[in-house]
Amino acid sequence: MDVPYTVEPRRDTGLTNGKIGIWLFLASEVMLFGALFASYILIRTGAPSWPRGDTVLDVPLATFNTIVLISSSVTMVMAWASLMRRRFGTFRIYMGATILLGLVFLVVKYFEYSHHFHLGEFPSHSNFLALYFTMTGLHMLHVFGGMVVNAYFWGPGAKLWETNPVWFTNRVEHSGLFWHFVDLVWIFLFPTLYLL
Amino acid sequence: MTDDHAAASMAGDHAVDIDKHVRVYITVFVSLMVLTGITVAVAQFHLPIHIAVTVALIVATIKGSLVACYFMHLISEKKLIYAVLGLTVFFFIALMTLPAFTVADGYWIH
Amino acid sequence: MSDHADVATTPHVAHEVHHEELGFWRKYVFSTDHKVIGIQYSVTGLVFLLFGFSLMMLMRWSLAYPGSPLPLIGNLLGDSRMPGGTMLPEFYNELGAMHGTIMVFLGVVPLAVGGFGNFVVPLQIGAPDMAFPRLNMLSYWCLFLGGITMLGSFLVPGGAAQSGWTSYAPLSVIAGTGQTWWLIGMIFLITSSLLGALNFITTIIQLRAKGLTFMRFPFFVWAQLVTAFLLLLAFPPLEAAGVLQLMDRVAGTNFFMPSGLVVSGQALTNVGGGNPLLWQHLFWFLAHPEVYVLILPGMGIVAEIIANNTRKPLWGYRSMVYSLIFLGFMSFIVWAHHMFMTGMGTAMAAFFQTTTMIISIPSVVILTALIISLYGGSIRFNTPMLFAVAFLPMFGIGGLTGLPLGLNISDIPLHDTYYVIAHFHYVVAPGTIFALMAGIYYWYPKATGRKMNETLGKIHFVGSLVCMNVIFMPMFIIGLAGVSRRLFDAGTAYAFAQPTMHWNVVSSWGAWTMALFQLPFIFNFFWSIRNGEKVGDNPWQATTIEWSAPSPPPHGNFVHAPQAYRGPYEYSVPGAGKDFVPQFEA
Repeated sequence: MDVPYTVEPRRDTGLTNGKIGIWLFLASEVMLFGALFASYILIRTGAPSWPRGDTVLDVPLATFNTIVLISSSVTMVMAWASLMRRRFGTFRIYMGATILLGLVFLVVKYFEYSHHFHLGEFPSHSNFLALYFTMTGLHMLHVFGGMVVNAYFWGPGAKLWETNPVWFTNRVEHSGLFWHFVDLVWIFLFPTLYLL
Repeated sequence: MTDDHAAASMAGDHAVDIDKHVRVYITVFVSLMVLTGITVAVAQFHLPIHIAVTVALIVATIKGSLVACYFMHLISEKKLIYAVLGLTVFFFIALMTLPAFTVADGYWIH
Repeated sequence: MSDHADVATTPHVAHEVHHEELGFWRKYVFSTDHKVIGIQYSVTGLVFLLFGFSLMMLMRWSLAYPGSPLPLIGNLLGDSRMPGGTMLPEFYNELGAMHGTIMVFLGVVPLAVGGFGNFVVPLQIGAPDMAFPRLNMLSYWCLFLGGITMLGSFLVPGGAAQSGWTSYAPLSVIAGTGQTWWLIGMIFLITSSLLGALNFITTIIQLRAKGLTFMRFPFFVWAQLVTAFLLLLAFPPLEAAGVLQLMDRVAGTNFFMPSGLVVSGQALTNVGGGNPLLWQHLFWFLAHPEVYVLILPGMGIVAEIIANNTRKPLWGYRSMVYSLIFLGFMSFIVWAHHMFMTGMGTAMAAFFQTTTMIISIPSVVILTALIISLYGGSIRFNTPMLFAVAFLPMFGIGGLTGLPLGLNISDIPLHDTYYVIAHFHYVVAPGTIFALMAGIYYWYPKATGRKMNETLGKIHFVGSLVCMNVIFMPMFIIGLAGVSRRLFDAGTAYAFAQPTMHWNVVSSWGAWTMALFQLPFIFNFFWSIRNGEKVGDNPWQATTIEWSAPSPPPHGNFVHAPQAYRGPYEYSVPGAGKDFVPQFEA
């Protein structure tokens, strides 16, 4: 007996196993980043003073990064839409763009971090910096993880399109959900750290 | 053990469906760009912190909702997913508020 | 408007089914079969339970005979731990912190959730395996790596973590290298639980057999479902907190480090501005739901065994299910009752005290329903039933003694005393562990095709029951006298502790005797694999779906997909031919 509902949804829930699985995982990630935001609230409200984000961090660069990440979310969902339209070539293009934009995001962050380190601004110097590095650092790990999965589906994993196109489309959709979530976290992270 | 085959929808239907969705994606993308611009612009005014936080959170929530509802297709998801997320939101709010209230209500010398 | 189907439908596509014989490694070590993984988790859990118990047996020497050298073993542990065979306080703290950590995260949870959950749940819902078999395997190996990390931490300079299983800042932040290993180990363990939890939830909802509606679930399945939600949503904040503590320790950040700290007479030069309470909040946000993770699978096991051995349906099944759900939900908003002594204001103390009192109600409902289920039953006192029935008063004592801890005012003199240790050990030790023992004796025939020996089982039971009470009952007395926990010499230096010192000797001998009574169990466990009484599919004449599979079940579990035709506990149905009508029989 095979495990059912991997590709076709179960009638009463209307869902495949993978769809439920990825949303459950995202729910746990909401709690993970939630804990970090809760820490931010506790530490900032307890601090006698707190620098405004733009006095420490590079807002134009981060705004650019925000645009990059949001764009990558669009290309991600277009990649899935291409598969739904049975256009594998277009999928490859959009997925490639998503991975590239993710790479741009990481490169920008690399420059941001090294600039701070160059100025001697380390996590141990202030709670502002500690929270900035930890929260964006964990977010970066998630960006990287998402890119690895996306690269797998762009490259070696794309073989599945030949044998089971529906399953492949679903898996790309699930990977997309994770990617959108990473974008969603940044949408909150950006104003919190850079603008307030 | 054998799954019930879900009702097969025509390939044609799908293409139309997706076209509608793609138009939505572009609209959402433009809205997100505009909102990003707004939130950065507002930040230039250096509003008092409580107002700044409120405005920033409202804009972020709108942006986040657009991503969730349309890119993540939450607007047309199944009840089970809504139930799980509803539960999560409740506990998320507990995590955001209760520790802060407890520390504020208590006696902790910084 | 029709939403896009997330699946463009296709004719049923056959997946690759492994019909070819798998090699030894893929079959027994890196298996994706839930039964193999369940056994891996169970054996790992049992080994760690034994190891954690051994750590405690060492500690009990220092508590019973503080300052005296431990014969034989004392000389084997080296001068950094037990110079001249006498335990150093630092080593006691190591043992204490690791005893708690190992018992909770490497003993009970892997056995109760990873072991019993993995092995039984798919069988009980009529599924061929878990929804994500490869993820299941990954979860186990994450646990294994976490276990190795925790064990390895004993060998680093300075020894293993020694800031309590609760790892409170700032002590844990300035502690030795072992604490860093603890944090890394915890990240592995948490990841394992998170992945496992999403597997359980998906499996239970999606892979249940035809006709198996939610209100026809065996109570055990409900218990595992709620437990999985607790793990999924409560663990991540501790993972975040672990990362923050790692940053504090390794990168010199100050998330939990307040300003103005003085250590051993020297003022620290860090920036400060952090809050140790933040660690406590994030830790207990998990650790309170965690205690329900520890108890719920046990309650599930007890429910199954009681229904089966009273030959009666469970009394109040619906109330029990609603209580379970309500309990799971409430468990997320009671945590700060562990923090009443942190300078909490009266408003928040009142809030958490109230939610804590409310959460005791569903626990009482479940316990009461289980007790009432015995009434009028045709009771079979086999070994699983003995452990299951003993669970009831033991959990009752544990639960009731929790009430003064949940009330702010009475918690003031009791917090961090031996009373607390007695309370939580009653629920976990003669509570959960008895339930797990019951489960082992009950499902062993399904897993191996043989029953464990009844005589040895009864010896194991009687000895364990007596010893558990000998160990833990005196601790209420010690705690009420005001003796703190985590004292390596049980309070030798304090005058108020003197009248209670002799009780430590009682507890210690109880613990060492308890170890002896586990020998029949360990022997029985291995001996019965080859020599136990052979059984068929349904040796206990039970009603739930796992008993329709062969013992042991083959890969894929069922030859034909089972179907559920009725509720889970149709015992002694009037007019039926036999005293049970299985759920899976048409």
